[in-house]
Amino acid sequence: MTRGADQVRAETAASGDGASAVRAAGTQPGAGRWLENRAVDGWLPRLDLAEVWASREIAVVLALRNITIRYKQTFFGVAWALLQPLAAVGIFTLIFGRLAQLPSEGIPYPVFVYAGLAIWFYFSQSATLASESLAQYRELVTKVYFPRLLAPVAAIVPGLVDLAISLLAVGVFMAIYGVAPTGAIVFLPLWLVALVILTFGVGTWLSALNVQYRDVRNALAFLLQLWFFASPIVYGSSLLEGSWGFLLALNPLVGLLEGFRWSLVGAPFPGPEALVSLATGIVVVASGIVYFGRAQRRFADLI
Amino acid sequence: MRSIEVHEVSKRYRLRGHYYVTLRETLAAVLRRNGVRSKRDFWALRDVSFTVDEGEVVGLIGRNGAGKSTLLKVLARITVPTRGVARMRGRVGALLEVGTGFHPELNGRENIFLNGAILGLKRADIRRRFDDIVEFAGVQEMLETPVKRYSSGQYLRLAFSVAAHVEPDIVVVDEVLAVGDAEFQRRCLGKMSQFAQEGRTVLFVSHDLGAVARICERAIWLEDGEIKHDGPTNRSIDLYLDARGERAASVEFPSEPDKPVQLLSVGIADEAGALMDTPQRDEPLAVRTRFLVREPLRALDVKIYLMTRRGIRVLEENLSDQQSDAACGSVPGEWEATVVVPPILAAGDYVLGVAIRSPYQRFVDQEVLTFRLWPPPDERQESVDRSRIVQPGVRWRVESRADRPTG
Repeated sequence: MTRGADQVRAETAASGDGASAVRAAGTQPGAGRWLENRAVDGWLPRLDLAEVWASREIAVVLALRNITIRYKQTFFGVAWALLQPLAAVGIFTLIFGRLAQLPSEGIPYPVFVYAGLAIWFYFSQSATLASESLAQYRELVTKVYFPRLLAPVAAIVPGLVDLAISLLAVGVFMAIYGVAPTGAIVFLPLWLVALVILTFGVGTWLSALNVQYRDVRNALAFLLQLWFFASPIVYGSSLLEGSWGFLLALNPLVGLLEGFRWSLVGAPFPGPEALVSLATGIVVVASGIVYFGRAQRRFADLI
Repeated sequence: MRSIEVHEVSKRYRLRGHYYVTLRETLAAVLRRNGVRSKRDFWALRDVSFTVDEGEVVGLIGRNGAGKSTLLKVLARITVPTRGVARMRGRVGALLEVGTGFHPELNGRENIFLNGAILGLKRADIRRRFDDIVEFAGVQEMLETPVKRYSSGQYLRLAFSVAAHVEPDIVVVDEVLAVGDAEFQRRCLGKMSQFAQEGRTVLFVSHDLGAVARICERAIWLEDGEIKHDGPTNRSIDLYLDARGERAASVEFPSEPDKPVQLLSVGIADEAGALMDTPQRDEPLAVRTRFLVREPLRALDVKIYLMTRRGIRVLEENLSDQQSDAACGSVPGEWEATVVVPPILAAGDYVLGVAIRSPYQRFVDQEVLTFRLWPPPDERQESVDRSRIVQPGVRWRVESRADRPTG
C-alpha cells in the first residue's frame, strides 16, 4: 500500500509542473520509484488500484481512438447512434406494444421501450467491445507492461457518447408523448454510474475469459440474445409477479432498468426484488475484478 | 545505488497440445471430470539472480531459447515470474523485439502518444518531445498512416525514437539491431553509448557479440535458463564462444532440395586445397566453399568474412570485387570457390561466415564455423589470448646501447 501511495504523490508532483518534473527525472537517473515484479503467492490477486489510476492516460488514448473511429464522420456517427435504437423502437412498438400488448407500466410504449433500449445498447455494445479488448491489444500485452485492467476500462468509455445521444432522443420522445419527468430525475446519474460499474464488471469477466478461451465471442452473442429477453426491456416487470419476479431479478439489469425508468420516465419505484439485482450485481463486479486479477498473470503467456 | 535487482527468479511455461483451448472443451472436460489435457512444463528461467548498479551497461548473451527474452519480459513486468522477484528503479524504456508497445491499427501520431503514456508521460510532456521523436525516426510523411503499413525499418525507428526520447532511467534493448539499415543501427548504438555516458542503466541483448563487446563493460551469459557466467564482457563472450562452437576445420551441410542455391561444405585448407586441422598463422590460409546451384541465376555473388570472437570483422571479400561476371550464377551445378588469405592475421579464434546472394535475393548468409589460427611452434602459445587483429610477422631487434656514446 505504501508503494501505491508514493506513486500517487509522484504523479501529482509530475502533473503539477510537468516540465521541471521531467527534467529532474532526466538529470538524476535512478531517482524514481522501484517497479516490482514478484511471483504470486496466495489466492487473492494483488490489484494496485493507485497504479491503474496513475496510468489512466493510456485508457484515455485507447478510448479516444475508438470514439474517433466511430465519429470520424460526425453525421454518420450520430445517425448510427440514433437509427439503430429508432428502428428497434419502431419494430418493438409494433410487435410487442400493439400486437402482443405487453405491459409498459402505464407509460406510452415507445418512450418506455426507448428508455430500456438506451441502457441495453450501451450495455451490450460495451460488453462486446470489452470482451475483445485484450485480444485486440495483443501487440501491447505481449510487448509492454501497462495495468491490464485499463483495456476493459477503455472499452466501456466510447459507448457513453451513444448513450448520451440516446438519452437526448428519449427526452424528445418524452416531449412528443407528453411524459413529464418527476422529481426522481435527480437520481438519474446514480443509475448511470451503476450501469457503467456493472458493464465494467461484466467486461472484466469477458475480456479475461476471451484471452483464455477463443470461443467466448460465439458464446457471448448467444448469451446477449438470452439476456435481452430476460431483461424487462420490451416488457414491464409487472408481467412477472411474485416469486418469478425474484428469480428474474437475479439478472442485475432488472433492478437497474426499473430504477432508471423510475428516475427518467416516472415508472413505479423498483420493488423489493431489486435488492436481489443489487446483490448479484455486486457479486458480478467483485468476482469479475478478482477473476481478472488472477487471470492477468497468464495474459502475456496465452495471447 | 542499485538500479536492477533480480532475486532467485524462475519462470515456468506450461506447454499445451494446442495453441489455445476453447471454453466448450474446458467445460466438457470438467463435466467428464478429467483434466483439460496433459501438460508439459518448461522452465525458461531457473533461479536467476543478479544486480545491476546505476549507470552500468550490461549485455545479455546466450543462444536462442537460453531465456534472454523471458528474463527481459519478467523485468519489464510483461509476464509474472513463477518464483522470485525482479525490480527496476525509475522509468524503464523497453524495446523488446520490433515495435514495442505499438498498436498496429493506430497511426504513427496516436502510437507516439500511446507509447508515451505507457512509459509514464503526460500528454503535455509527449507533445513537447513530439517533433524530436518524429525527426529522429524520420517518419514525418507517415504520421497519419497506421503503423501496420510501416516498413519494418520505419516501425523500428519510431519505436526506438520514442523509447530514446522519454528520458528513461533504464533502457532495455532486445535485438533491435537485427533489423534496420546500417545508418540507423549506428545511430542506435550511438544513442545507447550516450545513455551510458549520461549515467543511465542499459541492458542490452544482442546476437551481435561485437556490438555487445563495444557497448557493455559487463555481460551475463545465459544458458538453459541459468546464468553460466556474469563478469567482464570479454571473459563472458570467450566462455560463451568456447561452449558454443566446437572448433572445426570443415563443415558439411545437409541437402535442402527446395533451395535454388545451397552450401555443400566449407573448409579451411592450405594453398593446395587440402583441409587443415591446425592452420598456422604464418602460412597462407585458404577458405574453400562448395555450393550447389539448382537453377540459372543472374549475377550470383559469393562473400566470405572473418570475425574475431569479439565480433570485430577483420576481413570481408566479395567474389564480385574481382570477377564482375563470374560464371557460377548462370550455369547450374556444383561449384567451388576458394579464397586464399595471406599470412597476416593474428593467432587466435575466428568465426567464418559465408554469404551467397544475387542482386535480388539472399540465399545463404550464416556463420559457418569457428576455427583457431595457431601460432607457429616456436612462438609462445599464450600469444593467442592477446587482443590484436593483425600479426604480419614483425621482427624485434634488441641491442645493448651501453657501449655506445649517448646522444
